[in-house]
Amino acid sequence: MSEVKEKEPLFSAKNLKLLTNPFSQENPIAVQILGICSALAVTAKLKPAFVMALSVMVVTGFSSMIISLIRKGIPSRIRIIVQLVVVAALVILVDQILKAYVYDVSKQLSVFVGLIITNCIIMGRIEAFALGNKPWPSFLDGIGNGIGYGIVLIILGFFRELLGAGTLWGYRIIPESWYVANGGFYENNALMLLPPMALIGVGLIIWVHRSFNKNLIEKK
Amino acid sequence: MENILSIFVKSIFIENMVFAFFFGMCSFIAVSKSVKTAMGLGVAVIFVMTMTVPINYLLNEYILKPGALSWVNPDYGVTGSTPIDLSFLSFIVFIAVIASFVQLVEMVVEKFAPVLYNQLGIFLPLIAVNCAIMGGSLFMQERDYASLGEATTFALGSGIGWWLAIILMAAIRERLSYSNIPAPLRGAGITFILTGLMGIAFMTFLGIQL
Repeated sequence: MSEVKEKEPLFSAKNLKLLTNPFSQENPIAVQILGICSALAVTAKLKPAFVMALSVMVVTGFSSMIISLIRKGIPSRIRIIVQLVVVAALVILVDQILKAYVYDVSKQLSVFVGLIITNCIIMGRIEAFALGNKPWPSFLDGIGNGIGYGIVLIILGFFRELLGAGTLWGYRIIPESWYVANGGFYENNALMLLPPMALIGVGLIIWVHRSFNKNLIEKK
Repeated sequence: MENILSIFVKSIFIENMVFAFFFGMCSFIAVSKSVKTAMGLGVAVIFVMTMTVPINYLLNEYILKPGALSWVNPDYGVTGSTPIDLSFLSFIVFIAVIASFVQLVEMVVEKFAPVLYNQLGIFLPLIAVNCAIMGGSLFMQERDYASLGEATTFALGSGIGWWLAIILMAAIRERLSYSNIPAPLRGAGITFILTGLMGIAFMTFLGIQL
């Protein structure tokens, strides 16, 4: 840690890399396989997916920063409890804000807001990064992973809502007159809205992602 | 009694933690490579779930719920003069109970049952952040079970459901290592798709009325 003495610019190349790496090369969902738990259930529609992505981003960023600030004072034996309490406090804040400003979405997300606490991305990034790094890089790393998570969520939400309900963000995209009921030729694929399709969707995203990034293919 | 049985069957098959709600996916994908380790984690989940949900149920019932503190003073009840609602604290209370319980169990098991610790030990820290456990407590709160017995049955059933799911997946993945899968799908990708297909299979239980 010799370069610490010198004051680094806030967005040096190294810090920027921390922020952008999780978008694709170290994507938390497609590559690290973290945070699937809450990711899938909220992606049947685009709006809850977006709200969830935003909430997770805020919580990962700030929890990493706070843990990094107090990292030297946490006894390693009880560190998981300390981490969870910090994360839980942040999630309560997010939950109360959601309830106050976007009540309908908060109702749709139901228990999944609470489950941000046990979202593996947050614990994973705290354990792997924030415990050994300074607050600002930890914050960037947290935000970056939150965005990487959000990208996958929004892709999933986009396709599931478009193909499953013919709408996006609640607005109709596929015209009513296309539907069989109105004498057209089109039918929604209701399977897209069911939970198993989210899993298969993630599988397909991983497939496409790894076809373009050969270095991520798992060894046999 | 009938109700308890119905909750039990429902929580194992119809509302399976993995296939219907994706709870505990992270460890589900990571640990389902062999049946032996899957067994260890599955049993640990059943155990921790069956212990923490009833504890959280009591906390919710007597401290957190709106008006739950009426046993201290009738004024704090829902209809009292100064109703108290601590339910916003439930996340932090539930997770504190789970994390400390897991840590406690780890220490006790390490001290008194070293053999069990060797089999189970590495999985215990994983469980504190397993969404299935936290999800169990949150669902218990949301669904508002009528008695401690119902909550415990729900917890046991959900634990068994999770165990069943991971064992099935591990068994499939052991066979899968002999098959020729497109390279980019190897490992995580195919596991997701398989879980999805199993989820569709489990959805057939949805029609069962109890």
